[in-house]
Amino acid sequence: MKLGYYPGCTLKTKAANLEVAALAALDRLGIETTELDRWNCCGAVFSLADDDLIHQVAPIRNLIRAAQQGCDTVVTICSQCYNTLARANKLVREDDEKRDTLNLFMREEPDYNGEVEVVHYLSLLRDRVGWEKLREAVTNPLTGLKVAPFYGCTLVRPLEVAVDAVDHTILEGFISALGAEPASFSAARECCGAYQMIAHPEEGMKRAAKVIAAANHSGADALILSCPLCEYNLGTRQGDVVAAHSGLDQVPTFYFTQLLGVALGLDPELCRLDLSGPAARTLLTERKYIAAATA
Amino acid sequence: MDTATLTEKVAAKTVPIYIMGKKYEVPDALTIMKAMEYAGYQYIRGCGCRGGVCGACATVYRKAGDYKIYTGLACQTVVEPDMYLTQIPFYPANRAVYDYETAEPTPETVYKLYPELFRCVACNACTKVCPMDVEVLDYISALKRGDLKAAAEISFDCIQCGLCASRCMGEMAQYHIAQLARRLQGGKLAPKAQHLDKMCGDIEGGAFTGMLGDLKSMSVDELKKVYTAREMEPHMGADEWTPASSHGLA
Repeated sequence: MKLGYYPGCTLKTKAANLEVAALAALDRLGIETTELDRWNCCGAVFSLADDDLIHQVAPIRNLIRAAQQGCDTVVTICSQCYNTLARANKLVREDDEKRDTLNLFMREEPDYNGEVEVVHYLSLLRDRVGWEKLREAVTNPLTGLKVAPFYGCTLVRPLEVAVDAVDHTILEGFISALGAEPASFSAARECCGAYQMIAHPEEGMKRAAKVIAAANHSGADALILSCPLCEYNLGTRQGDVVAAHSGLDQVPTFYFTQLLGVALGLDPELCRLDLSGPAARTLLTERKYIAAATA
Repeated sequence: MDTATLTEKVAAKTVPIYIMGKKYEVPDALTIMKAMEYAGYQYIRGCGCRGGVCGACATVYRKAGDYKIYTGLACQTVVEPDMYLTQIPFYPANRAVYDYETAEPTPETVYKLYPELFRCVACNACTKVCPMDVEVLDYISALKRGDLKAAAEISFDCIQCGLCASRCMGEMAQYHIAQLARRLQGGKLAPKAQHLDKMCGDIEGGAFTGMLGDLKSMSVDELKKVYTAREMEPHMGADEWTPASSHGLA
C-alpha cells in the first residue's frame, strides 16, 4: 500500500504552519508518505452545478497523478482540498456517465475510475495510528489546555465525505490524545464566514463573531482549525472581528497540526508559530508547553 | 539530357495540403514554411528565425478524420498529406508592465501582476497545444503554489509562440507569466555566477587591453598570420581541454 500526499497550494505558501509539523509528525509516528511529484490546484471549491464538469477536471487530474505514482490512497491536511478531492472522487465512482465524459475530456491521461482513496490527515491518525497509540507517542502532553475543536464545513459536510460520519468526535478524540481537554463548543460545525469575509465583510464578520463568542463561552484557551480559509477569518482577521463586536475576547488559534507537533515534542520551529498570531506562541510559552528561548 | 527529362528525374513527390482551407500540391519534403512559400505566400512577418527557436511561426493544423488539434513550428514541421493548417504568428496577450529593479522576487509579485493565474481550471489545453512540449499546466500549477523555481525550470524551453494563450479557458497569457517567473528566479533568486563577476572585473581591470592594442597595431598580413595560427578547441577532444596559452587570464 502506497500513501501519497497531496499538499495543496496554500500549504506551500501562506499555510506552511499547517503542513510542516504535520509531515514531521507522520515521520515520528512511522507513517511513510510521498508528496505527489506532479499536482495542480485541487479546484478549491467543489462545484455544485450538476452540469459543470470542467470544475471536476482539476481534482480528478490530481487523483490520476496519484494513481500514476502507484498510490492507492492520497492524504490531505487542508480540509478544503480534502473536501474537493473526496467529493470529485465520489462523483466519478457513482456517476458512470460523468466519469466517462471526464475521461474522454482528459484523453491524454490514463482513465480514472475512482481507484484512489482520499483520506484526511485526521482520519489517518484515527484509523492507522489510533488515539491510544498517539497518546503513547505524546511526550509533551498538553495537560490543562482547554481546546475548542472547530470543524467548520469542509471536514464534515456533506455527510458522505465527513471525516467523522460515525462518531462525530474526531477532533475531540485528537485533542484528548494530546493530553488536552476538548471544550464543549457549540459553534464547532458553524461556518467561519468563508469567502463572504471578502465579498460581504459585514456578514462574514458576523459568522466569525458567532464562532469566537462560542469559543469564549466554552472557556477554551485555544481554537484549533484545519483550513487556511478558517484561519484567515478566525485567526488573521480575529482582531477586526473582536473590535467590531462587543463582548468578545481574543482566543489564540492554531492549526491542529501545530498542537500535534508540540505534544509530540517536535522542534517548536517546525510548528511555524511565526506564521500564527503572536497570541499562539505566548499561550504555549506561558503554559510551559514550549520553552520561551527556543520558541 | 533535355530539360523535360531532367525535370521528370528530380521532381519531388507532391502531397496535397490545405492552407487556410485552400488546397495546394506541394513537394512532400518541405517544411510548412517552405511549402507556404512554394504555394505563393510571401512572408513579411511571422517568419522569424527559420531555426525553431524564436516562436514566430506557430502553426495549428488538423488531419482528415481526426478530431485532435496538432501544432508545430512552420519552419520545423514537415508537411503531411491532407493537413489543414493555418499559421498563428501572433495572438493578443497582455504583458504586465512592472519595474524589474524594484520587483520583489516573491509569488505575490506574480499574483499581483497576473491575478488571472487563478482562473486556471487545469483543463490542460495549454500543455496539449504547446509545440515545444512544455508542461504548461505544471508551471502554472507551480506558480499557484508559489514555486517560482519550479515554474522557471519547467517553462525553460518556452519560445513564447503564444499558442497556450490562444487555448486558455482562463484567458490568461501563460507565457508572459512564465517569463516573469524566470526573470525573478534567474535574476534575483538563483545564485549569481561568480565566474561572470570575476571575468567582468578582469575586463574592467584591463586584462585584455594590452592584447587588443597589439591586435589593433598589426598590419593586415600580420593579423592573417595570427588568425591562421590561432589555437582552436579540438572538435573531438577529451572532456577537459585547456588552451596552451591563457593570454594573461588567471
